[in-house]
Amino acid sequence: MLYVAQTALELGFQYALVAMALFLSYRVLDIADMTTDGCFVLGCAVSVTLTAAGHPFLAIPAAMLAGACAGFVTAFLQTKLGVPSILAGIITNTGLYTINLMAMGWKANQSLLKQDTIFTLFRSTGIGGDWYAIILSGGITVLMGVLLVLFLNTRLGLSIRATGDNRDMVRASSINPTFTITTGLCLANALTGLSGAVVGQAQKTADINGGTGIVVIGLACLIIGETIVGRGAMFRGAIAVILGSILYRFIYAIVLYTKVVPVDCLKLVTAIVVALAIATPALKSWAALQNRKRRAMAERKGAR
Amino acid sequence: MLELNNLSMTFNPGTVNEKKALNHLSLKLEAGDFAAIVGSNGAGKSTMFNAIAGDFFPDEGYITLDGKDITYLPGYRRSRELGRLFQDPMRGTAPHMTIEENMALAYLRAGRSQRAYFSRVSRKDKELFREQLSRLDMGLEDRMKQPVGLLSGGQRQALTLLMATMVPPKLLLLDEHTAALDPATAEKVLRLTREIVERDHLTCLMITHNMHQALELGNRTLMMDSGRIVLDVKGEERRGMTVDDLLRRFRENVGKGLDNDRILLS
Repeated sequence: MLYVAQTALELGFQYALVAMALFLSYRVLDIADMTTDGCFVLGCAVSVTLTAAGHPFLAIPAAMLAGACAGFVTAFLQTKLGVPSILAGIITNTGLYTINLMAMGWKANQSLLKQDTIFTLFRSTGIGGDWYAIILSGGITVLMGVLLVLFLNTRLGLSIRATGDNRDMVRASSINPTFTITTGLCLANALTGLSGAVVGQAQKTADINGGTGIVVIGLACLIIGETIVGRGAMFRGAIAVILGSILYRFIYAIVLYTKVVPVDCLKLVTAIVVALAIATPALKSWAALQNRKRRAMAERKGAR
Repeated sequence: MLELNNLSMTFNPGTVNEKKALNHLSLKLEAGDFAAIVGSNGAGKSTMFNAIAGDFFPDEGYITLDGKDITYLPGYRRSRELGRLFQDPMRGTAPHMTIEENMALAYLRAGRSQRAYFSRVSRKDKELFREQLSRLDMGLEDRMKQPVGLLSGGQRQALTLLMATMVPPKLLLLDEHTAALDPATAEKVLRLTREIVERDHLTCLMITHNMHQALELGNRTLMMDSGRIVLDVKGEERRGMTVDDLLRRFRENVGKGLDNDRILLS
């Protein structure tokens, strides 16, 4: 049981970086970034390949840089070439499949055997005992969260937030939306790449299909977190994604453990939860309208 | 300060929707000029503003601001020296960001180095924001941590005005910025506008549909029709001028009456 909780915490921290990336792109910039799936695998592939070559530390920034490049392509397509933002992400995502194969040496998967990873190296320091993986993953994620919150309150950070909040205002002020969107998407995808890098080294494997549905899971984490912590300040958002991601992994673990939902159905359940959560405002206003209609009808009948 | 020279712009050329929005328009504003603009519907008032702000590049002619040719400068690079308010109070501020963050954005962009991407708001800056807000007399200085979306239209417009002028721009463009507000709030925002423009000796262009305002405010009255400026009164001539005089002069120059439903109804 403890092992299950440990795994959930560890995965929660690792995948929280994806939720954080979506917080930046989806919440702050108001762009649904479909690059995420492929970008996660890209980070994973770069990280595992470099680790296999004996560079577990270099692997981390390299994966982030690769992610940022993917984000740049998506941003370039939508800001300079006029491709609709969702399509831009899908196009990049499709192209990434080949890039990812290439990054793994034209194989569909890549495994680490005896090579050192940041996790094995950290374990050998003896810090945290059995909890070493959680401490390392949590440390990376919390550090990124702090950096992100600090960044979002700088001049550039405020400009990125304004770009997502009021395009009209941005157009009339000295903010260049091309620049802010590009920076925002590069950073978001660097975070996604980092997530892939950490997951890859922790699981000692990279798989070409390892990112399928990551974007929806990330959104689920974001929404779960926001439901608990609430929306508002950037600090709150960072807490929300980490909490949401851990909670999602706990739910996942419970489902695996108790088998209340067949494991094969989990993606469908996640998709339904996310769709419902995003649809909530529309559903609420529809229900309110039906209510009002019914009441108005009843009153008119009563008056007659 | 500002010079528009022979500016022309045709939208949708060669289609049934072809519209000659600016027709060899020329205008020269001296530093410290405060000009009110009135004109018929579709006379090109807002189009002229859009051209000055860089929303599009003109087909013909050129624009200089403070001696610098800005005709083909992208909009976001002009707005450092340009303050702009729209009729819709929602357009000027970011609703999900706090009052303080909105002001920080305006302050950080206009001031200091443009390359200081990672500069942050200092405590001293916050004191400055608070002091500026208190001048609005709307109690906003105690709500600095609240999102702007919670403010009323009038409050948002006043805040936008503050943001546009916090670092004095070379030119302030006001596009009927009080038209969407209730009369009392409009009066207040207008008073603020006048105070700020006088205090900083701003050069200012203001579109209005209120003929009295057009004669009363500032030092020049411009009338537009069919994409050009048809009347420009200032100085001695403007003093003692009545709305009727203005309308008569317009008819003489254009050969038809002023056709603006909002003016006629007000």
